[in-house]
Amino acid sequence: MSESEQPVDLKSYIRLCAVVFVVVLITTASMIATSYANIGHGWTLKVALILAIAVVNAFLVAGYLMHLLSEKKMVYTVLIFTVIFFIGLMGLTMFAMNDFPPGTATH
Amino acid sequence: MEIPYTVKNRPDTGLYNAKLGIWLFLASEVMLFGGLFSAYILLRVGAPAGEWPHGWLDVRLGTVNTLLLALSAITTLLAWASCKVREFGKFKFFHACTILLALTFLGIKSYEYHDKWIHYEIQLNNGKIADGHFESAVYVNQASKQEVEEHSYRGNSFSQVAGGTTNNYQLASVTIHGHVVEKHEELMDLRSEEAKKAVHKELTIAATDIKKMENYGPRHNTFTAIYFTLTGLHALHIFGGTLVIFYLWGPGSKMWKTDPERFTNRIEVSGLFWHFVDLVWIFLFPVLYLT
Amino acid sequence: MEATVQQFPPYRETAAPHGHDDHGHHEPNFWSKYIFSTDHKVIGIQYGFMALCFMLFGFFLMLMMRWQIAHPGVPVPVFGPLLEKILGQPAAHGAISPELYNSFGAMHGTIMIFLGVVPLAFAAFGNYVVPLMIGAPDMAFPRINMASFHAFFLGGVVMLVSFFIPGGAAQAGWTSYSPLATTIPTNGQVFWLVGMVLLITSSLLGAVNFIATIIQLRAPGMTWMRLPWFVWAQFVTAFILLLAFPPLEAAGVLQLMDNVAHTSFFLPTGLAVGGQLADRSGGGSPLLWQHLFWFLGHPEVYVLILPAMGIVVEVIANNTRKPIWGYKSLVYSVLFVGFMSFLVWAHHMFLTGMGQKIATFFQATTMIISIPSVIILTCMLLSLWGGSIRINTPMLFALGFLPMFGIGGLTGLPLGLAVCDVYLHDTYYIIAHFHYVVAPGTIFALFAGIYFWFPKMTGRKMNEFWGRVHFWCSFAFMNIVFMPMFVQGIKGMLRRMSDGGINYSAARVPNAIDALPGSVMQLNGVILWAAVCLGIAQIPFIINLFWSISHGEKVGTNPWRATTLDWQTPTPPPHGNFAHEPHVARGPYEYSVPGAAEDFTPQDAPADKTSTAPNAH
Repeated sequence: MSESEQPVDLKSYIRLCAVVFVVVLITTASMIATSYANIGHGWTLKVALILAIAVVNAFLVAGYLMHLLSEKKMVYTVLIFTVIFFIGLMGLTMFAMNDFPPGTATH
Repeated sequence: MEIPYTVKNRPDTGLYNAKLGIWLFLASEVMLFGGLFSAYILLRVGAPAGEWPHGWLDVRLGTVNTLLLALSAITTLLAWASCKVREFGKFKFFHACTILLALTFLGIKSYEYHDKWIHYEIQLNNGKIADGHFESAVYVNQASKQEVEEHSYRGNSFSQVAGGTTNNYQLASVTIHGHVVEKHEELMDLRSEEAKKAVHKELTIAATDIKKMENYGPRHNTFTAIYFTLTGLHALHIFGGTLVIFYLWGPGSKMWKTDPERFTNRIEVSGLFWHFVDLVWIFLFPVLYLT
Repeated sequence: MEATVQQFPPYRETAAPHGHDDHGHHEPNFWSKYIFSTDHKVIGIQYGFMALCFMLFGFFLMLMMRWQIAHPGVPVPVFGPLLEKILGQPAAHGAISPELYNSFGAMHGTIMIFLGVVPLAFAAFGNYVVPLMIGAPDMAFPRINMASFHAFFLGGVVMLVSFFIPGGAAQAGWTSYSPLATTIPTNGQVFWLVGMVLLITSSLLGAVNFIATIIQLRAPGMTWMRLPWFVWAQFVTAFILLLAFPPLEAAGVLQLMDNVAHTSFFLPTGLAVGGQLADRSGGGSPLLWQHLFWFLGHPEVYVLILPAMGIVVEVIANNTRKPIWGYKSLVYSVLFVGFMSFLVWAHHMFLTGMGQKIATFFQATTMIISIPSVIILTCMLLSLWGGSIRINTPMLFALGFLPMFGIGGLTGLPLGLAVCDVYLHDTYYIIAHFHYVVAPGTIFALFAGIYFWFPKMTGRKMNEFWGRVHFWCSFAFMNIVFMPMFVQGIKGMLRRMSDGGINYSAARVPNAIDALPGSVMQLNGVILWAAVCLGIAQIPFIINLFWSISHGEKVGTNPWRATTLDWQTPTPPPHGNFAHEPHVARGPYEYSVPGAAEDFTPQDAPADKTSTAPNAH
């Protein structure tokens, strides 16, 4: 977005930022609320819920503040491979750490 | 021949060089923090039941820091937008805000670090555990046998200084603000009802009663280890980003007069990095403070 | 190599009238010309020179180790007193102590991989050749390029300094497995980690730069499918470095915390050191280090081999005087290899007792990744078919690469299967396997590259006769060094033993462990002297390299009559590389095009050149 494809209006950005900040406030508040809520199932469900809200928050920052929603194909290509390898790293490591021959103690 | 596309977009990719460069760099950062988050997950999943701490960090401070970073991300965007509409004064204002917010973030973070650093878990010889924040300590000068009271602790681990002796001073007693518990497990979940009921008061413990004394530094357990490492690395990113933004705000802003378009690109690229640092915190906050 | 850069000013003067060069406002002094240069060609030569020095040093470490293996405890001739003087107690009486052997072993691996082959294959050749090949004036970020070299230099210094600290350099192997890496009570590992963080930073900066350059700075008409395959190989390599190195950096930071801040990221609960419970919180996972390490470690293999393959393809296409066979297959294969290389890492960890499901997964991916590798090798072989092959030194090394890499690759297949791997993994078989890939494989290709591009850097050819002596001696002794190791490994000789297996062989357990046959032990002596001869065989190369800078046969800009853009610039290329932006009209390997005036058609020759040739169809 280096060359102005369309005239840029500072006010529209301020409006966008106001919306983003309000949503950040809401998501942060709901994360904290979830964290202290008494919903049973121990921590597993809570962690999943909180991380889901964090993903919404991250989506806002990446999508709007970093303009990822209107980015060029080349950037998407780079990021898609990054995401694949990221998932591979995390997923396969977790898989390996939880797959032991029967009878052996886990780490 | 000059290097092309330093300012203008290359037609087929629609990007200028630095923008592609920063996204590639951010891709590698994703993998860096990906590796660290994997470590976090494995340590946490692998911890024995009841051994992963809850509520050790101050959610209020974490929340404030989250909002500070979110605000600074917004001012970064507005600083870039100001450059786009060629309003240099507004750019200066918004990025001044960014720098101030970033410094406040680092200030709060260092307060939190200090709070952990002076927090001691003291294993007593009778099997109980005293836990609390360090107030003062009394040392005996081994040569003159004089007693000295100090408000900082020499060495962060009792077991490391051979019976509490360091530099010819022997520890006589330690005063902490805290409480005594029967079992180690009681210190793990500070959000539980029992932990909330605990009464914290001034306790003075004689050195002869101490078996092991250690602060909540990185070596304390895997939680403090990953907490200090993750937030420390993140704070380094904040620090580096602040330096860059400060440069562009101060001496580097001379470029505005000669090549405003290229300067705007620089603001965009540094902004992308800054947003990424905010993005990391968005996950650090819930992972460390809330769960 | 001095001569290269000294010739810049005249070229600047000749280039200036074209109005394309405004870098010559002030005459650069020594520092800005050689040390703080942002010119990709100078940086490439800096990398290349440093990397060759480090490789020589790594080779020296290996010689010391081979002496100790062949003659355990016997003082090293010639170098022994020197070692004792420099290193003190660990080299008492001029003999290599087990601790010193361990640290030489760890540093041999580290230096050869991270300070030798990667900087030479990726950074040096990539820096010098890639911008020329794609018709770019420089790298996309010249100053980041310089920072990358400086980080590399600092990393190298830290690694070298670690030999002289009390206790010496790191001893836990180039893989630095925890908890060993943390419980050895010397500071070598800390230096190793700091050095690695610097080297990783250098690689990341380089990788960002390469990818951005290849994507953004291709000359007009240089479409993706017109890129020389070498550029493709470098492109994929850069992506591997970009995305595989950071997890190791993360692991390095965690291990640094373990060593410096006494955390327990990789230390399990209840760890005992020296018979005593360690003063650690525990709760960490040693396997986590291995996962994060090999997540880089395996892709790193492709970082070592892909640029080498790229060089071989260029040299083969040029010297067979015909288009490379299966260009598209090569391109898709290298992309697929790069992708798959991220998903095979745990085949290095079959010995950790992993479950059947995950082991099966990694065996499958390992078998899959061998397919594109074989396609690449096959394309190279088929390219020879029906060519009028020119035999010169670069071509000899490129041809030597083919069988050597073939042996290295195929002997890797049994290691990808957990059942055989459990037996072979900790033996000399694996040493032989990966050295065949890297030493006679990659390094031969790198030699080919040096002989091939030397005329571009200096305007002179290296001596052909001594080049051939260098090749044939290296070829013979390489094989005598590494082939016996397959035998030793299959017979059960373990690696990483500072006495070469003598004690192991003596400790015979009825029905469980047999003594190693004497013939297997005698091979240690053969290997030692072959290694010494291999070292001597490099002397002609070293002399040839320096002598040819000023005394080699003078040649024109395109002595090999090559098609790619790197040969279409003045020699050595001036700052900015091209006087005019090249316009690419065709693919990279237009050799012996029927009807063309000459047997090669440069990529930037005007499109109508072939059609106006006398006997055009």
